[in-house]
Parts: sequence; structure tokens; C-alpha cells
Amino acid sequence: MDLKLTSIEPSPAERAAVDGLLGPPAGAAALRAERGGSVLRAQRHRLLPALWALVERVGHISPEGLGYVARRLGVPPAEAYGVASFYAVLPLAPMPTAHVAHVCVDLSCRLAGERSAELRARLAADPDTTVVDSPCLGLCERAPAALVSTPGAPPQHRLEAAPRREVAQRGDASLVLLRRVDVVDPTDLDAYRAHGGYAALRRAFDIGPTEVLREVLDAGLVGRGGAAFPTGRKWQAVAAQPARPHHLVCNADESEPGTFKDRVLMEGDPFAVVEAMTIAGFATGCEHGWIYLRGEYPLAARRLQDAIDAARAKGLLGADVMGRGLSFDIEVFRGAGAYICGEETAIFNSIEGYRGEPRSKPPFPVEVGLFGRPTVVNNVETLVNVLPIVQFGAAAYRRVGTESSPGTKLFCLSGPLVRPGTYEVPFGTTLRELLALAGGVVDGRPVRAVLLGGAAGSFVGPDRLDLPLTFEDTRAAGTTVGSGVVIVFDDRADLLDAVGRIAAFFRDESCGQCVPCRVGTVRQEEALVRLTARRDALDVPGSTAGDLQLLRDVGRAMRDASICGLGQTAWNAVESAIDGLDVFGDSSPEEGTE
Amino acid sequence: MFGAGGGTSSYKEVEDADVIVLWGSNARNAHPIFFHHVLAAVHRGARLFVVDPRRTETAQWADLWLGPDVGSDIALANTMARHILHLGLQHRAFIERATAGFDTFAASVEEWTLERGEAVTGVPGWAIAELAEAYARADRAQLCWTLGITEHHNATDNVLALINLALLCGHVGRYGSGLNPLRGQNNVQGGGDMGAIPNRLPGFQDLRDPEVLARVGALWGASLRPEPGLHLTAMFEAMGDGRLGALYVVGENPAQSEADSTHALERLAALDHLVVQDIMLTRTAQLADVVLPATAAWCEAEGTVTNSERRVQRVRKAVEPPTGARDDVAILCELAAALGRPLFSGVPSAAAVWEELRTVSPIHAGMSYERLEELGGIQWPCFDEHSLEPSFLHGRLWALEEAERGPRAPFSVVLDEPPVEALDDEFPLRLTTGRRLDSYNTGVQSGAFASPLRRAETIDVGPQDASRLGLREGEVVRVRSRRGAIEAPVRIDAGLRAGLVFMTPHFPDDIDVNVLTIEATDPRSGTAEFKAAAVRIEKLAAAATG
Amino acid sequence: MTTQPVEVARRTVALTVDGQLHHAAEGGTLLDVCRAAGVDTPTLCYGDTLTPRNACRVCVVELEGTRTLVPACSRKVEEGQVVHTDSERVRHSRKLVLELLGSSVDLSVTDGVAAWNERYGADPARFGPAAAPAAAGERDAAVTGEHHLPDPAVAATVAQPPKEDNPLYVRDYGKCILCYKCVDACGEQWQNTFAITAAGRGFSVRIATEFDVSLPDSACVYGGTCLAVCPTGALLPTAEFDLRRTGAWAPERQHATTTVCPYCGVGCNLTLHVQDNEIFKVSSPSDHSVTHGNLCIKGRFGYVHVQPPKRRGPDGPDR
Repeated sequence: MDLKLTSIEPSPAERAAVDGLLGPPAGAAALRAERGGSVLRAQRHRLLPALWALVERVGHISPEGLGYVARRLGVPPAEAYGVASFYAVLPLAPMPTAHVAHVCVDLSCRLAGERSAELRARLAADPDTTVVDSPCLGLCERAPAALVSTPGAPPQHRLEAAPRREVAQRGDASLVLLRRVDVVDPTDLDAYRAHGGYAALRRAFDIGPTEVLREVLDAGLVGRGGAAFPTGRKWQAVAAQPARPHHLVCNADESEPGTFKDRVLMEGDPFAVVEAMTIAGFATGCEHGWIYLRGEYPLAARRLQDAIDAARAKGLLGADVMGRGLSFDIEVFRGAGAYICGEETAIFNSIEGYRGEPRSKPPFPVEVGLFGRPTVVNNVETLVNVLPIVQFGAAAYRRVGTESSPGTKLFCLSGPLVRPGTYEVPFGTTLRELLALAGGVVDGRPVRAVLLGGAAGSFVGPDRLDLPLTFEDTRAAGTTVGSGVVIVFDDRADLLDAVGRIAAFFRDESCGQCVPCRVGTVRQEEALVRLTARRDALDVPGSTAGDLQLLRDVGRAMRDASICGLGQTAWNAVESAIDGLDVFGDSSPEEGTE
Repeated sequence: MFGAGGGTSSYKEVEDADVIVLWGSNARNAHPIFFHHVLAAVHRGARLFVVDPRRTETAQWADLWLGPDVGSDIALANTMARHILHLGLQHRAFIERATAGFDTFAASVEEWTLERGEAVTGVPGWAIAELAEAYARADRAQLCWTLGITEHHNATDNVLALINLALLCGHVGRYGSGLNPLRGQNNVQGGGDMGAIPNRLPGFQDLRDPEVLARVGALWGASLRPEPGLHLTAMFEAMGDGRLGALYVVGENPAQSEADSTHALERLAALDHLVVQDIMLTRTAQLADVVLPATAAWCEAEGTVTNSERRVQRVRKAVEPPTGARDDVAILCELAAALGRPLFSGVPSAAAVWEELRTVSPIHAGMSYERLEELGGIQWPCFDEHSLEPSFLHGRLWALEEAERGPRAPFSVVLDEPPVEALDDEFPLRLTTGRRLDSYNTGVQSGAFASPLRRAETIDVGPQDASRLGLREGEVVRVRSRRGAIEAPVRIDAGLRAGLVFMTPHFPDDIDVNVLTIEATDPRSGTAEFKAAAVRIEKLAAAATG
Repeated sequence: MTTQPVEVARRTVALTVDGQLHHAAEGGTLLDVCRAAGVDTPTLCYGDTLTPRNACRVCVVELEGTRTLVPACSRKVEEGQVVHTDSERVRHSRKLVLELLGSSVDLSVTDGVAAWNERYGADPARFGPAAAPAAAGERDAAVTGEHHLPDPAVAATVAQPPKEDNPLYVRDYGKCILCYKCVDACGEQWQNTFAITAAGRGFSVRIATEFDVSLPDSACVYGGTCLAVCPTGALLPTAEFDLRRTGAWAPERQHATTTVCPYCGVGCNLTLHVQDNEIFKVSSPSDHSVTHGNLCIKGRFGYVHVQPPKRRGPDGPDR
């Protein structure tokens, strides 16, 4: 490509950071023959890792650093800029201090109240630290939380949060997904094997890919990322695609506010993720596995990479897995602060080195996915479910849960609970039982509301605590299991603040591609700010009735006409708060507007 | 090529090709919209090869760029041919049925081993082999070239060397495979098609063919003589030795566009009579005895032009010309009338000229103005108003019946011949010339608009030479050839290897590169060796440096 | 082998649009069917030479069996589809898209918008008075992920001063609806120069060069491929921008004539847009096989040598 590149050279640190990832540049050419074109363009998927390398080393992406990455990868500088500016944790200007503290301002951390303010004040008091607001860091059970990053060689990441909590159900014999977490050393492959590891892969080889597909299909496994699509059908569709190669993407971009269960799995049982992916690759004909991991999970990144390296060293990944002729390997790919990159097609763009904007469907990923090839995308928890299904068979798997929602589910409980954390329960467990597992609300205060499913989910009131948590029951009740978020609000909580935060979150995280979402999320937040201001007796234009009608009109267009799930769900929680929790009180005339 | 003077393919076929070779062409800058078709192919998965001494913007798109020495194209082509033959990748059936002279040709390239090719061209043998194999193995391959092939003293041989490759692999006469010279001017193809070539009549009909001569002569009511005229460079030679005393120049600026311009100016000045018909008072026009101001043919008058894919298209009047400027057709017709040979009865018009042409030229016979309008132009040949021919030429070569195949396409034995001016200790640098994206030839038209890309003329040198000669970016140096010297600021271009320097002809009023270029000319095509002069760079005294 | 390839014959599918049965070639889109059937369908980000981006969502239709509305411009026809183009749901989303765009972007010179607003009852003013325009460079400096609480008194917009950093064309991003057409045309779909990108995220997305450098410092080669596809007048040749700015714009004195470029031998068709014998814009027919609507800098802007004051005739400068 005929790139116009800046002639200004990168700093030695920037050069070292990029060369460290891409290898040293080719020596001075004799200018007699040179390869380029498709050979060079095939490097594009290394763009985001290269930008990450700059940020980890020098803290930001300078024009010179960007130019150097562009030159090394043959990516036009404008395109690289478009990508860099898409992500919230890739600063484009120097940070004024050595450390940057990403302080979570999302729902669970807001509920921590004064402790949240204290944390922020403490971090801000350090003259060497810059405090920036961050959406949910996935540390909700340890709220309030912050991630302090220090660029350098090597970069350092420090969590500032309440002490780590072990899985409360640790040792419970009924655990399926969490059974090894906090029991087995997550860095020890032998320990993993001693606790049942790699038995499922062995059986997969024994029964063959067709039988594996049948087990997964018969088990009734559906996706745990929120959309609840039957995993077996997805796998069959990819397995049947003639186009090669196939790709497997493990969606570990756990960014739904209030969600942290995938982190617990990846940190606590990384080999399970690796083994499950290997089975998925075997069953669907994928040679390449990718773990798209959210950038704010440095520990999970290390655990997964160590597990992959250990598995590869033992022949459990690579050209001939277990000597059974399977070629399969896994690469960890770090996201960089973009909720939208949890959308399956946005992941593809992000990995390929483009802006993480969702693609239009159809074509669906099973036909045209990563690098234009048939692709399986499964959430971490979904994949880990494959292990018991393949090891013990679909029939055994179906013994727990309900007919339509077989198996167990991980729930992420946060808010003012006695023991917040990740809980594994059979589908059909009620919300009340779940809250009881977590010790109930602190000080025994009454529940004012529960947010199910995260920002894209909906609020339910205390009258719904006996709702059985299954896909079918929540759907019938107009809410969702979603990714398993359960954020509890007690009677002291400011629900309007939470609703406002959700609106702000969607505005910040909208990729901006389609009009309903890009402008709709702005108009939604503006209307909520006006409504809140009126509650606080401030003078603002318009009327409550007008703003509520506006919210409904905009919300409906976002739900109907947005490209992807982000825009389509951006009004869910707000709507549920207005209609189900009556957050605007008796002054709310919404009944009259229906 | 094989009796037709035009590229054999259409742009759409380039999009549909599997391998595209751009040889001596910086199409990204010189033919930008043609390059869009190349890019469409590249994104579809086609492999692009670029052969150019400079690593140009075009070369940077290539899957493989080859940078031979200036003027070593025949050596490169012959080495490719031998490699193809030794791997047995030639298209035997095509060679057998449709070509002539294969055995002699094959013997002639036998000496061109990869090692010898590498030694002569400077391109590594592996790269030559890779290009040769890709070209030979492709189902559809396009070979396109520009002035890097034709602005040499042996331009015709260069073209023949490329034709040999196409014949060897059967890459001509089929959809998607072809040989395509990219034309430098909007109607250089059309001008030739209309007969503005010394040995041709309209429709590229051979002046020496008695049958043609008789038919056209009858149409024109004149007896035509079969002697060819002179091409441009031959005219300048004739001016030099006094055989040519009067010159009528239409829309050309030879005072600045000819190689060795000092010499060219002397010859123009020595003419008895010079008439210039142009839209601008060019440098040439300033020397003229009579200037005939003309309308801009592309927007102040009606007519047709023909592009590099042989597509005849309408030009139309969009704006009023300046007072006093007259349509070329009107000027020529009035001049003819004044000379006692009126060309038309009635009012001459572009449409009338076109209708007359359709009766003279069989390949244009089917192109009414209405059809040209309706179809967005028509590629020649177009023999009647009711049909269209395939988008490629020479399909006959693939006919299974010998009678339908017509004359065989001949291989040519072409010998490597370095540029006329060899490098030596006195003039150790190879100066080659080329075009920039936002400028055009001597800048008569392109100089008027404010281009943000435009920068003044420079002498472009590679980093190695710059460092060896102690040159800084922007430093003004003297560039000297055996014919003269000019001063120009240095620009360092990382795409130039040691020993190769580059300039453009765009700014002759400021820095006239043609003071340096050599008038060594190909006797068959009349093209001068603009691409290869020997020069040296002299540092100016410290006070004068930038 | 020597013959011209012919297009593969396409199967046809039958589908129902607004209660009428239609037959359409497989591979076509719902928009194709709508247009063939004379069903007026608003489009903004759709371009006949570009792959649909599905960004504006103004062409959405209701397709039975799908949860959400679908964009007509890119949804392929399938056997048995039942499509509604004027249902209450469709009208609602189209109205809202027009309101959301109209309230945040200057659509004053966008073809069709006034009529669509009327047809769908769109009231872009309903979100409140427009916020004050951003200062030059302010929107380009937005930091991704940084939240600013909205001002409850006004509706946010993308209003900002035009960027005039080169003599050939103006980027008036207050009129930009982010249809991505300029980015796609400058990028892989045509020009492959990649001088511009969508930068930032959400409402802060803007079309930008790297680090917002000026066009002359960017990779731009001024082919104007972007100008040709811009649907809203956000990208205009300076000559046209100035005519409009000075109030001299007079469509009734304009004509457009298609001819061939005077420069290299590729043979690009140029449509010269002329007012009072002066060329103010050059385009190329998007359906022409040589250019597909694209030009290089010389074709797009290299006409100045025939502009007034006309070049010197025998009696001196002429107009």
C-alpha cells in the first residue's frame, strides 16, 4: 500500500515496544525486489496488540508511535487512528502522571457509597496518579474497585478493591462449573488433570466430532452470554460449512455492568477454558481458537496464557493434540475498553484490526465470521459447560435444571449483600433463594429493586423475588437471565441515579455507527437528566409527560431499528424502571400516554 | 500488435484477472482511475507484480516488486521466457496453432539463465522466477505497460519482448488475458486510430496496402500515395538537416516536451515558418510566425476521443470558448478551403467529420453518435450498428479452425541493448523521468489549478546516494549531463536505490529536465529515450546551497 | 474460452411487499424490489457504487419473522418473505431517525429530507433548542470513554465551523450524518488512499484524519471520491461552497454536460457542472464502466485552465 507516513521517528521506547511484539524490522533493502501487497496486509490483525504494546510501554499512543505501527504493519495511519480512538483505554495524549487509576463508576461501585468516594479520594491524593472514570471493571463483588496501571517494561497493574473473596460455595459437591475454583491450583496442569481435567477431551476423541455435536445438542445447552442461542445448533452450522478454515472465538469480553463470573472461571480454572475450546474446535472443525479477553483483566490474561503455554508444552494444543491428529491452537487477544466488543461480530472487527463496530446480520457468523470464515462464538461459561456434557453425557447433564433450561447457571451477585460473589445454582432457583445464598441484604434492609441481566437487562421489584430463574420464566415475566447479573438495590438506593448511569453507560459505549443508537442514547440521557432535574425542583424546559413520551418514542426506535443488541437493549432497563418501579413517582403520567 | 494498434483488453478484464503485471508503469500516479480497476482485482485476490526501477507508489501495492536497471527490460523478459520454457510452463497448443517463429525465439533466450538475468538486470533470480511462474501459471494474466517500456531508444523491441511472453503463455486473445499499453494522453489512441501516424490511414489501415489505398482514395476522390510521412522525432531530424522548413503544430509543445530541449529549440528557431494551433500561448507558440487560437477540445467543442481500452467516447461542449478561439475542425476546414481543397460542403462539424470517418474506417463503422451516447462509448472494432464485438482483441488466435485463426502471431527475437548512454566515472548516475499524480506533461493545462499536492521540481535521490554525496534534503545542486546542466533542489526518496535519480518534466519553465535528456530515438516508434540519461550531481559552492 | 463471459442466470424468488406479490432476482435487495415496484423508500447512507453500511436506518422495513426492523438497502430477497414498508412500526422508526438526525445535524441541503419529514410527521425540534456550535477542533479532541453530563436546557448537535484547510474542497462536518460513504470510498472500496476514518465512538464519532491533521498533511490525494458520494453537502468543492456561501447559488442558471477528461489516456467521463459559463463542480457518472463515479485530482479539479478569466486570446485576456 502506498502509505503516507510521518517522517518523524518514534522514541526508542516506542520502537522497542512495537518491535518487541512484531520482531525487529527487516534490514536496509537493496531495493531490487520486495514483497508487499497481500503479504503485508495479512498483518492487520496485529494492529490492536501493537497499539496495546505502545500503551503498556509508554502510556499513550503518540503520532510517531502510531506512524511506526502503521509502517510496520502496512496499515494506513488514519485507519490506525480510527481504531485507536475507538477504545477507551488507549489514550491518544500523554498521561500527566506515572500511574493511571481507572476508578469504576458503575452500578455496583456506586452502591458502595461513601467507600467509593473514599477510594477515589485516596487515589487522587497521590500526585503521581491520574484518576479517570471507568465503566464496570468486573470486580463488583469487591466494590468499590479501581485498576491502577503503570506503563513500563514490564507494565504493572494493581487492583484497588475490597479483599478477594473465595467462592462462597467452595467444596459444595453440587458444583459443576465452579467445582475446581479455589480448590485446585489454577497454574498447575497436573493438578487440573488430577481433578478430572482432560477426561472430557479424551471422551470427545473416543466418540468423534459427530457424537460430540449430538451430546451438546441433546444437552440443550444454550449460550450464557445473554442471547441464549442453542450452542449445538451453532456448532452444527459451522461444522457443516465447506469454507475453510473455521474459527472458534471464546467471548471473554465480559463487560456487562455487574458481570464477573467469566473472570472467576478464567482466573480460577483456566485449563477448563482451554480444554473446552479444544473440544469445540474438534467438534466444529476449527483450527484456530481465539480468546477475546477484556483488556481490564490482567490476571485472567496471565492465567490463560500460562495455561495455553502449559497445554501446548504437553501436546494438548498444537499440531497433533494428544496424538489424535487434531490441529488446534489458541491465541489470547486483549480488548481495550469497549463494551460493544462483546457483540460477536464486533469481536471479529476488533481482532481483524478494524474498529469494533458490529456487522450487519445476515450473513451470520456461522457462515461469514472472523476473517470472513465460518466462526463459532461462545461465551466462557457456555464453553465450560461443554466439559460435563461431553464427559458425562447429555442425559446426566439434564438431570439438573429445568426441561427448557437444563444445567446450572452462574450468577454474579453484587450490591449491599452480606456475601456478594459468583454463585452456581441449578436453573429454576428463585431470586429469593439466590439472595439467601449470599446472606441476604446487609443489615437486613428491604430490597427496593433488583437489576437482572445488567445494563441491557431490566429492573424487577421486590414483588418478583419468587421468580424462578430460568430462561422461560424470566422471559414470561418480561425480564431476562441475561449474563447472570443480579445487582441488589436496598431501600436507601437512589434508583434515578442508577437509571441515569445506565443511560450514560449506553451513550458512552455506543459505537456510533447507526443513527438510532448514536443519537438515541444521547436523547435518552438528556431526557433523563431533565426528568431528574425536575425531581430535584430545578427549572428545565419541557414537561415530564413530554420527556416520558420522548423516551418511549426514542426507546422504541432504538429497539426496532438499531443494528445490534446494544442499541436494541439500551432502553430496556430505563423502561423497566419507569414502568415497573415507578421511579418518577406519582407525578409520572405514563399511564396516560399509553 | 498483430495488425491492430491498441491494447487488447478492457478495464473490466483487468478486474477479472488473476495475475496483473504492471511493467514500467506507475499507474497509481499516472493512470489513477485505471489503477482503481487493478485495485478491484487485488481485493478480489489477484496477484499484482510491478516492474519498475523505482519502488513507486504503484510498486508498494505489489505482492512482488522487481526493480531492474533502467533499460534492462529485454534481459528481464528473456530471462522469464527461458525460465518458463525450462519449467515447461509454456502454452504448447497455443504456440503450435497460433504463433510463428517459436523455435528461433526459444533458441535466442536459451542463454538467459536466472544467473545471467540477475547479473544484467540486478533483480534477484528468485524474484524473476517467481514472476515468470506466476505469469505462466495464471489462468488470466494481464501485462500492462507505459512509458517505462516505450521511452527508450529500443522501445519497439521492449514491446516485442513483452509480446513474446504473452504468446509463450497464451495470454492474449482470451477474456481476462491481454497486453495493454496505457496511453499517456486522452486521445493518443484516437489520434493514431484516425490516421495521425505516418504509415496509417484512419482506422489503423495500412497505407501500403494497395486495396486500402484504392478504397479510401475513391471515398476521398483523391489518389493517395503509399509513402509514409515522418514521425515527430524524424521531423526534428529533418529540421536539423534542412529538409523540413515549415512546421504546423497542433496541440503539442515540443519546445519543452522534446528530449535534449536545447537542441530542439535551436531547430524550431531555425524554421522558415512555424504555425502553432493551441489553446494556450505555449512556449512553442511563442516561437511561432502564426498562432491559431483553438478551443479546448474537451469542453469547448464537440467530438470524440478514444481511451486505452479502445473505447471511443463523446466529448461535448460545456462552456463557451474565449473570444477569438475557434474549433479545430473549423480551422482545419477553412485552411483546406484556403488551400483550394475544401473538405466539406456545407458547415463543417465534428458530427459530419465523424460520419465521414465511419465510411472510411471499418472498425468505427458501427459507432453512431446515438450509440456512443447510449452505451457510454464503444470499444473498437465495431463493424456495424447492430452488434458489438468482444471486449478483447485477437480472439481469432484461439479458433480451432485454422482458416478462422488468420495470420500467425510472430515471436520476435529481441536482443538486450542497454541505454545508449552508458554510465561512466564522469556521469555515474542514471537519470530517469516520470510523472506525478497532480501534474501533466509540461504543465500547460495542469499548472493552472491550485493543487495541495504540488511541490516544485526536485532532483530525487536515494538515501544511499544522498549520504555518499553529502546531500541534504532541499539543498540545491547542479545536475549535469553531456547536453547541459540545470540546478534543482534535492529530495530524498527512500524508493530510489543507489545510482538512480529521478525528475519530472512538469515544470519546464523553472527547471527543464529535458536539457539533460538524450534524443536517442527508436527509429520505428519515434520515441526518445527520456527514461535513461547519464548525469552527475555537483554540489554548489557553500554560499549558494539552500 | 475466447468468448466474453456471460452473467450467471439468477434464480428468481417470490416475495410479498405491502400485500403485492413480487418476483425478484436472487442476490438483489429489498430496496431493489421496492424501487422496481415504485415504493418510495428514503435512503441516506445508501450509495449505488458502495456496499451498504446500514448506518442511517432510514430505509428500515418490517420483515415478518424477524424481531427487529431490517434495512431494505442491504437485506437480500428470499423466497416467501413478507415485507411491510409503511406499517406503523416502520413509520415510527423512520420518523425517529429523521428526528434524531434532523435535531443533531444540519440537513438543510440534503435532498429529500424536507419531503420525508412531512411524510412521516417528523419534528426534529421536539428535543429542545439546539446546543451552541462546538468550537473549531473541539469535537475532534473528544476523549473516548470520557463522559460529560448533558446540559438539560439544550439538545446536543454536531454543529461546528467548516474545515477549510486546502484550496480544493471544504469539509463542513456540521452537515455530516456519518454515513461512512466518504470513508469507504476513500478506502478499500474505491480509492484505497485511506486518508480518512471514523474516529472516536458514539456521538463523538467524527470523520477525521489521523490525529486530525489538516488534509494537506494527510494522505489525501484530492481525487474527490469522497465528494462524489457525500449525500448531505458536508463535502463540497470550494467553488460550489463559495457560490452557496455568497448567495450566488442559482440552480436555474446551471447546466451539466458530460465529456471526457483532457489528461491521461484512461478516458474518464467528466460531468461539468456550470453556472454562468463557470465550472463549479466536476463529477463522473456513477454507472460508467471506466470511472464508476471516481476521478483523480486532475479530472476533478484540473479544469481551471478553461475558467474565466479565460486564457489569453489574440487580443489579450478574455472573460
